[in-house]
Amino acid sequence: MEALTDRSVLYALTGAGLIALGFYGFIVRRALIHRLIAFNVIGSGIFLLFGGAAYFGGGVDPVPQALIITGIVVALALTAFAAALGVRLAQDGDEDDDSDDDAEGGP
Amino acid sequence: MSLLFALAAAPLGFMLASLILGRRAPHLIWIAAPVMLALAVLVALGASAGATGGPLGGWDAPLGIVLEADGLAAALILASAVTAAITGLFALARFGPAGRETTRRYTFWPLFYGLWAALNAVFISRDLFNLYVALELLSLCAVALAAFGSRKAAMHYLMVALAGSLAYLLGVVLIFASVGTLDIGLIAQRAGDARTPVLIGAALMSAGLLAKTALFPLHGWLPPAHGAAPPVVSALLSALVVKASFFILLRIWFEALPALAGPDMAQAFGVLGAGAVLYGSVLALRQQGLKALIAYSTVAQLGYLFFVFPLAGAGGAVTPWAAGAWGAMGFQLSAHMLAKAGLFLAAGIIIHALGSGTIRDMAGAGRALPVTVLAFGLCAISLMGLPPSGGFMAKYLMLIAALESGAWPYAAVIIAGGLLAAAYLFRPIARFMSGTDTPALQARVHWALPLAPLALGLCALTLGVLSAGPYELMVTGLPQAGEAGLDEVEPGP
Repeated sequence: MEALTDRSVLYALTGAGLIALGFYGFIVRRALIHRLIAFNVIGSGIFLLFGGAAYFGGGVDPVPQALIITGIVVALALTAFAAALGVRLAQDGDEDDDSDDDAEGGP
Repeated sequence: MSLLFALAAAPLGFMLASLILGRRAPHLIWIAAPVMLALAVLVALGASAGATGGPLGGWDAPLGIVLEADGLAAALILASAVTAAITGLFALARFGPAGRETTRRYTFWPLFYGLWAALNAVFISRDLFNLYVALELLSLCAVALAAFGSRKAAMHYLMVALAGSLAYLLGVVLIFASVGTLDIGLIAQRAGDARTPVLIGAALMSAGLLAKTALFPLHGWLPPAHGAAPPVVSALLSALVVKASFFILLRIWFEALPALAGPDMAQAFGVLGAGAVLYGSVLALRQQGLKALIAYSTVAQLGYLFFVFPLAGAGGAVTPWAAGAWGAMGFQLSAHMLAKAGLFLAAGIIIHALGSGTIRDMAGAGRALPVTVLAFGLCAISLMGLPPSGGFMAKYLMLIAALESGAWPYAAVIIAGGLLAAAYLFRPIARFMSGTDTPALQARVHWALPLAPLALGLCALTLGVLSAGPYELMVTGLPQAGEAGLDEVEPGP
């Protein structure tokens, strides 16, 4: 029980649980939106783990917190891009709607 | 220092400028290409005297981020600058200012410069998290560019990239949690204290990077994505993007954790590489489409890179052939960049002019498009590893290293891979030369276009003819482990 009261261990265990949950979803689900959510769940787990790693006896190490913010921005950008690509894929299928115009100019 | 900063910042500046310029953005490449080439040459000159670089903004590691270009990084920056500059000029034909305004004409250029910036950032970063951000920017631009061809293939690529980046990030977190730093130099000093968690972290990072490098058997996403994209995009993806994640693998295993890399791990990488060479070559042999053939050839050629782990690494004793294997890998990286980009561009011209992508329909292309087919042949020479090309230097040095170290199975794979490469590349070349009549061209080809693949092919040949300089550069600032064998290097005090 003593280990569970240690905050960094609690963070690490929760993070690991989220990663496992997200990983299961990422593997099992085929639909894009499910996979994106799974991706974000894994990401949250990793960030929690990272935040927990920053926590030590004397205080909090600021470096991981700065990196987590960067990581969240990256994850957000990737999620937005994947969603946009998924929407285009669902709307137009795999057809090249404007490739003919492009090809006029050259290879 | 400021030079290295400019190397990553300048393409980002061009990226923003191309967004602002809109319809006039294509003209920017006439400024960007010479500027980036000049920067790359300056970095290479600086690095030939020893690794150049320093902490960013005066903040030293572990708080700040260190940028550094060692010999191999400088050589790759130069090779990728040549490749990207020539490919960018070639892209004026399709994404240039002439013709109707389309979304793709507008979006190509920012993605192109973003890709270039991310690539340079990967080459000069010495911080695991900085590498992560650079790699993500690279993946984002690469997937967006791949979507120009087939969105389905791009989505598959994106899923692999997402899984890969999560695995990498988790590895970074585990390593940070155990050694308390992300700087590669500091990790090398501290990794000995926490072997197991660091190894788990490094294994996760490697798995993510292998998926992004498309090493056999994780290569499934590559041929559809590279084969379906427009030729300019295929050239960028195949020549440049996959090299970045391999480069990070080198940084991890040769510089951050040389003491933890056992011979078993090195052999595992080598065996997967051998599988890639054989499997990729055999599948390339069976392709009907010209671009699909070249895409599978990328799978095969990437396999050679992984021979550096067993050959320069896990020998146990100090090995005299390690530097040779390291140089071979450097040659393979740069020669493949130049030759593969040239091959895709030449294939693009041929397919555009003949109006068909199947090899069977290309009889007589050599008479209709002599310069393009000459360029295709020059690039093919380097890819097959025939002298006097950069590809020959790569395979020759690698073969010597394999034979001297007694790793004859690798030598056999290198020879077999060379023969298979000749077999699959002679197929289209023989088709180009066959028949007696000249096929009618479906589309006009601007006279300057074939010069781009020709220049790339000539660069690949020059790399072999003047190989002494590049070799010296690639082995300068060689990580200690590369020279000594991975097992030999003890963690620092």
